[in-house]
Amino acid sequence: MLYATELMGAKTYDVQGNYVGKIREFFIEPADQSNRIAHYLLSRGSFQPLVARHDQVAAVAPGNVRLNVNERSLEPYEPNEAWLAVQKDLLDQQIIDTSGRKVVRVNDVDLAEQRTNGSIELRVTQVDVGLPGAVRRLFQGIAPQKFIRKVQGQFPPRSIRWEFVNLVESDPLRRVKLRITHEKLEDLHPADLADIVEDLSAAERQGIIASLDEETAAEVLAELDARLTSQIVEKLDPEKAADILEEMAPDAAADLLADLPKETSEELLEEMPGHEAAEVRELLEFDPSTAGGMMNSEFVFVGEGSSREEVLKWMREQDLNLDQLDTVVLLDRAAQFSGTVPVARLLLAHPEQTLADLKIEPLLSLPPDASEKEVFEIFDKYNLRMLTIVDEDKRPVGAITVDDVVSRLLK
Amino acid sequence: MWNRENLEAQWAGWTERAERVMSVVRPYRHRIALFLAVVGPGLIVSNVDNDAGGIYTYAQAGAKYGNTVLWSLIPMTIALYVSLEMCSRMGAVTGKGLSDLIREEFGFRVTFFLMAAILVVNLGNVMAEFTGVFWASETFGVSRFISVPLAGLLVWAIVVAGTAKWVERIFLSICVVYLSYVVSAFFAKPEWLIALLHLLPPQLMHYIPTVRPFVQVPPFSAGYAIILAGLVGTTIAPWQHFYLQAAVVEKRVGPRQYPATRNDVLVGSISCMIIVFFIIVCTSSTLFVNGIHDIDNAGTAALALKPLAGKWASALFAIGLLNASLFAASILPLSTSYVICEALGFESGIDNKFSEAKIFYGLYTALIAMGVIFVLFLGRFANTILLWSQVLNGFLLPVVMIFVLILVNRRDLMGEQTNPKGFNWVAWISTVAMIVLTLMVAYSSIRELMSHPVS
Repeated sequence: MLYATELMGAKTYDVQGNYVGKIREFFIEPADQSNRIAHYLLSRGSFQPLVARHDQVAAVAPGNVRLNVNERSLEPYEPNEAWLAVQKDLLDQQIIDTSGRKVVRVNDVDLAEQRTNGSIELRVTQVDVGLPGAVRRLFQGIAPQKFIRKVQGQFPPRSIRWEFVNLVESDPLRRVKLRITHEKLEDLHPADLADIVEDLSAAERQGIIASLDEETAAEVLAELDARLTSQIVEKLDPEKAADILEEMAPDAAADLLADLPKETSEELLEEMPGHEAAEVRELLEFDPSTAGGMMNSEFVFVGEGSSREEVLKWMREQDLNLDQLDTVVLLDRAAQFSGTVPVARLLLAHPEQTLADLKIEPLLSLPPDASEKEVFEIFDKYNLRMLTIVDEDKRPVGAITVDDVVSRLLK
Repeated sequence: MWNRENLEAQWAGWTERAERVMSVVRPYRHRIALFLAVVGPGLIVSNVDNDAGGIYTYAQAGAKYGNTVLWSLIPMTIALYVSLEMCSRMGAVTGKGLSDLIREEFGFRVTFFLMAAILVVNLGNVMAEFTGVFWASETFGVSRFISVPLAGLLVWAIVVAGTAKWVERIFLSICVVYLSYVVSAFFAKPEWLIALLHLLPPQLMHYIPTVRPFVQVPPFSAGYAIILAGLVGTTIAPWQHFYLQAAVVEKRVGPRQYPATRNDVLVGSISCMIIVFFIIVCTSSTLFVNGIHDIDNAGTAALALKPLAGKWASALFAIGLLNASLFAASILPLSTSYVICEALGFESGIDNKFSEAKIFYGLYTALIAMGVIFVLFLGRFANTILLWSQVLNGFLLPVVMIFVLILVNRRDLMGEQTNPKGFNWVAWISTVAMIVLTLMVAYSSIRELMSHPVS
């Protein structure tokens, strides 16, 4: 196994044994192959730097590289945004370790040799984030090779396989050119992903959220703290931001918009589809420290006369948000609030039982202008998981779930 | 008369009155909470500055040269603000700590040596803080073998228990003790106008005929230069820049919240200097005027508080010193190990378990333990260490400043937020001035150490 640090600065000779230059950089061309060193940057004093292609390299050893072509067949170096530079883009930079689910800093890059007809290809196998890599970085070029290998052996290795490495790049154009996707991140739990995103800088965060699909992005944003969330949304492309807001629960979206400057939130609301925007707008009207400010306008309500079977059938047909589906709100014939049925009760009930039979006692609700404290007290006293908010006409306008209460209490 | 109904009516009256009082108090409570929430890293970082070494240096300056050192405060405030503002701006714009940026832009080796230097310098500072604890406890007649290990344990436990944030605020409130210098200065009845006059450069004021009789021109000597450099060295320390930028990043200050942070830094820099002003005026009008020009122990330094506290002066001084030392000792080792681990890629942060972040906790514990052990067994070298820790601080500071200046002017990192031209001038001039002062101090302290070998 070879290390990028050991090869950096290696003297390179062409097929006749003439000195060509020293290796200054390795480039991967992700559009072609994701782990192969495709180009070697060679420089010699003030001469124009040259580039050797992977099939022009005959042998690689620490401090010494041989080419299988003549110096004249090498091309002069032209900077290329689509090339991933090992030293500049990888060493010392932060990457996401998708298997360990955290952000780490790269100390060195491990390379494996692969013999193909007449040439040697180097492939990136893993990145070194532990002490051995640090030792190499520190002593390379100022201490003998043997000494370095000996010292690094004293420390436990810590590496991440290349396929688990997710690069972080804040420039969206470069991201496309380098084929950086965040598909692997979408498989992580949103809470883990939120922790990762928190460890990154603002621009990098922005890049990751912008490239996630809307649903994942909405879940991650819901896990981040309020200040971060508003910073991210503010800088997103308004269309994308509106799409993400649509995916969020209306109360979370309203909380988020309330933290944004007035123009930004107006702009986002205009981007959102009319129905959802109206819901969020309504919630925004309420003082955040009242029941109205805590409630969610998305809740499931049915007529109290319907049977369990009818209700379940109806619910299956709807595209319901499962996170909110804990309790069903009942309406009487006057469309006024008449009670609630936890889904657990619904589960155990007979098919033909009406919901009015299943509702829990006592009948609890609060008006939207009730204070936060009243909400906490009623949740505590009756061990509620959900509380219905009704207007003056006793019509349900929203629901507060226990997770709203918990997150409010933690603030 | 004391029947049941009467009692109930009275009780109702009481509750009503209490309600009314609360309704008046509540908004204030809210405001205080708001203030505490805003008490930002800027205020903390400049107040930790007035630590044991700081108080010692300011008192020394006032006793030795009286009002003539006061003119340096305004340029120092500017330099402090300029250098701290750059770091907080970098934190807000890039969202990365100073050590992270140095690592990413200058590579592993440069970072490693810089971190090694920071470790050594900050270890010196930690030792100085525990020396402060030692001096303070001596005043109360408590053996250092009790007070210093206790202080070490306390500081260590504060962080490991994860209560650092709260404790920070407590220390910050005890910083009010510094106000005793303000009060004491008033009791000492100095010539206020003359003191204020000396805030302007006396070298220039000297040429204005009407004020000439009141102006004392500072001597042009090596001793004076050392005091000046000491003032700069204790006021603007390298670790502050790392701490501040990390704190700004951790508080998620973005470009939109940045103006508030800038004010916080500005208020911090100015308030720190106001305290320094009063300490110097106070010592100048109590010690300097009475011919006491050398502060060799905490007892002499406490004399400055006599006009206020009379025989309690030394107790008051000791409390201030103890608080300052503990405050700094609880922040320095933590920020040092945090910065080093971040830069070199080790797990860091107190939300990690011990087994997850061994190096972080190890470093943190070792810094405190070495500080304690040093004071316990090598206490007689305390003055040497104080001197050296300041000299090393002075050496490191220009290096850090140069890194900061290079990074903050990088357009690819900072975008539109690079330094304005005038700002750059001020920053470079202060950096060069620091280098000159540092070299002078280094020269003279090395000479001093050579001529008085420690027995």
